[in-house]
Amino acid sequence: MTVAVNPTQAGEPVFYLADEHPHPEGYSTSLGFWIYLMSDCLIFAILFATFGVLGGNYAAGPAPKDLFDLDLVAVNTSMLLLSSITYGFAMLTMQQNKIAQTQMWLAITGLFGLAFIGIELTEFAHMIHEGATPQRSAFLSAFFTLVGTHGLHVSCGLIWLVTLMVQVQKFGLIEANRRRLMCLSMFWHFLDVVWIGVFTFVYLLGVLR
Amino acid sequence: MNTDTHTAHADDHHHGDSYAHGSFSTYMLGFVLSVVLTAIPFWLVMSGALPSKQITALVIMAFAVVQIVVHMIYFLHMNTTSENGWSMMALIFTIVMVVIALSGSLWVMNHLNSNMMPMHQMTGMK
Repeated sequence: MTVAVNPTQAGEPVFYLADEHPHPEGYSTSLGFWIYLMSDCLIFAILFATFGVLGGNYAAGPAPKDLFDLDLVAVNTSMLLLSSITYGFAMLTMQQNKIAQTQMWLAITGLFGLAFIGIELTEFAHMIHEGATPQRSAFLSAFFTLVGTHGLHVSCGLIWLVTLMVQVQKFGLIEANRRRLMCLSMFWHFLDVVWIGVFTFVYLLGVLR
Repeated sequence: MNTDTHTAHADDHHHGDSYAHGSFSTYMLGFVLSVVLTAIPFWLVMSGALPSKQITALVIMAFAVVQIVVHMIYFLHMNTTSENGWSMMALIFTIVMVVIALSGSLWVMNHLNSNMMPMHQMTGMK
């Protein structure tokens, strides 16, 4: 049995991976992106925990019952839910290589997302106008931090969506763009999952208190 | 022998098609389920249909958990086989961390609050 000897460091064994095989570009992107989403999930968990601890401290200020309009929250929830299903349709048309339809569904998703952000900002503006600012009480600080962080994520998703629509317009549904659209799909649906926690724990349980 | 193991190893990888996809029917099923699972808790709180607030709170929290699972399966296409099970491992790890962070914070801070001496007791202690 012959042993390959490294000429510079004689006597030391040479190691290499026997089963190494080439990976296509981006083969681990979806797992990596999933792990990013899980780290995002931890951020929201901490914000939910903060809201859970501070959510009852009104400092003689307004309580959830005085501030929240559940009809508006229901409309907002439906906006996000509709944007989830339209993004699903965008992914289905993407698989069928229909560029125009994919772009149309992405645009509709963006409009629903924009409506969601618009309604949320209207709600915030209304609350601040009534004196329920983040500085007013611990409850309001925690509320604006949690719901605002979610809104910020949705806004970043919207910027990403427009960027990808330009990319698809320019280069078509190439492999890289499909991968990017798949990542944004996970991001968008994940934000909908976080919103389930927000409307349940912040709005519904807040009004119940 | 080496070539045999190599081909066997290459076969159980499916590169390039690792993205989990849904179909029109699974997306629609997920959407209809989430609409129902959203509408019921909103209706329960807005109408006050249940007699006690505690029961309503528990029911809407149960609905939230079910809806999160529905979203995970039908929209995020979670299953135990995607990415050779690593996405499920990451999810389970995250859920453990979330449960520790949430229940730990609420438990500790609740005890802290209840162990603080209220002002009305202090005034009676002169």
